[in-house]
Amino acid sequence: MKIKALIIALSLTVLSGCATTPALTNIKNPLRDKDPFESFNRSTSTFNDRFDEYAFQPIAQAYSDILPRFVQTGIGNFFGNINDVWTALNSFMQGNAQDGFSDVMRVSLNSTFGFLGLLDIASEVRIPKHRRDFGQTLGVWGVPAGPYIVLPFLGPSVMRDTLALPIDYYADVWSYYRPVSIRNTGTVIRLVDKRAGYLGTTSLLEEAALDKYAFIRDAYLQRIAGQIEDAKDSKQIREDYKAMQDERDEEAKKELKELSDPDTSTAPAVKPLSEEVKDGQK
Amino acid sequence: MLKKILLGLLAGSALLFGSVGAASAADEAPDALIKRISNEVLDVAKNDKDIQAGNKQKVLDLVEAKVLPYIDFQRMTELAAGRNWRSATPDQQQELVKQFRTLLVYTYSGALSQVKDQRLEFKPFRADPQDTEVEVRSQVVTARVGDAIQLNYRLSKTAQGWKIYDINVLGAWLIETYKGNFADQIAKTGMDGLIKFLSDKNAKLAISYSKTNKS
Repeated sequence: MKIKALIIALSLTVLSGCATTPALTNIKNPLRDKDPFESFNRSTSTFNDRFDEYAFQPIAQAYSDILPRFVQTGIGNFFGNINDVWTALNSFMQGNAQDGFSDVMRVSLNSTFGFLGLLDIASEVRIPKHRRDFGQTLGVWGVPAGPYIVLPFLGPSVMRDTLALPIDYYADVWSYYRPVSIRNTGTVIRLVDKRAGYLGTTSLLEEAALDKYAFIRDAYLQRIAGQIEDAKDSKQIREDYKAMQDERDEEAKKELKELSDPDTSTAPAVKPLSEEVKDGQK
Repeated sequence: MLKKILLGLLAGSALLFGSVGAASAADEAPDALIKRISNEVLDVAKNDKDIQAGNKQKVLDLVEAKVLPYIDFQRMTELAAGRNWRSATPDQQQELVKQFRTLLVYTYSGALSQVKDQRLEFKPFRADPQDTEVEVRSQVVTARVGDAIQLNYRLSKTAQGWKIYDINVLGAWLIETYKGNFADQIAKTGMDGLIKFLSDKNAKLAISYSKTNKS
């Protein structure tokens, strides 16, 4: 509890410092104090876009095109499992023991029966997957997001989440893997796999936005605020999840029934073997 | 037990909504409406060979026919324009609605043309029968399980039935996101400038879409 208070106090101090130090901020428009670092952010965004266009995206595209689907899935699952470890801890820190225990269950199942996380058995048995990091936990604790910041290579963030990054890094199980060469290769693959997950969106953003930078910023800020609201409202989310699973089960049962019911089935009727032989002999 | 309650609530709300003039299309319940048009559109997008081959014009036609009648572009534009709406002339307002509508159709079609094997799942619909503004929540499920894309709709009840006036993708509401873009552009170049910007953008999109029309 003391550590929690300390972290909140530190974050608030830094955040309030940022808001009131004229030298650090560049407020052009008093209504837009959600983005006091706008000029820096725009430059970094442009840099990130170039990097993405010339390096990151082509590599991710190649990864997506060349590697067989099951390999990509395995890679995604492996690092997803590693993420789940920290997610579990964050669930607990957010006061959400139920989600915490289900996250721990995910890691246990996937690490053992899922061959160190290559297979996502937990999702097969319908254990929900959460995405929680320390920045989100701080948000749930009440720490305000602070100004929007675009990080080099990493992309959109907010002050609170940026400050939480070192903690996310040290908590990440993969960052302790030896030898370093494999760890670094793994990290690159992890990032490429992540990028491959949203290859279609860049062109979409170009089409949709009048000002891509502002569009992404406003969408991003809404998104993380929504995630924090959801994290606080986890009971409702769990109930929704269960209701959806039930519906999926109903659908599956219906489909199964239709397939096996000879009257309504649209599947080709299976002829008895003797008939098949006769047809073949004709 | 909980499952029964939830199913009961779902069935109950469906009945309540459905019982109000069930035969008329204008009285279709909002969640039933979204389910219907979403599934119709997805089915076509996934199974039509031309669309899968990249014919975006066909996607546009599909969207025009199946989705557009249920979207309230007037309200969307008004909300996105914010304070600036009232200071615009009726001509400007009309033109802005037209251009924004075109942009949204292109954007939506663009998203739809990337559909390959995604599935749509609907979250429990929670609303009172007398609500005139509701939210329908769904998600797009891809092969990467656990990466479901949130897709929610806000609908309002009009004389012509329920109409969509806002869409949420990945946690961001469209209107809220466009507000900033609109306000910035108007601050820089005025309402006419915004309209011109949109129409130039739409013209470029039109060219790129017609290029994909192979049929």
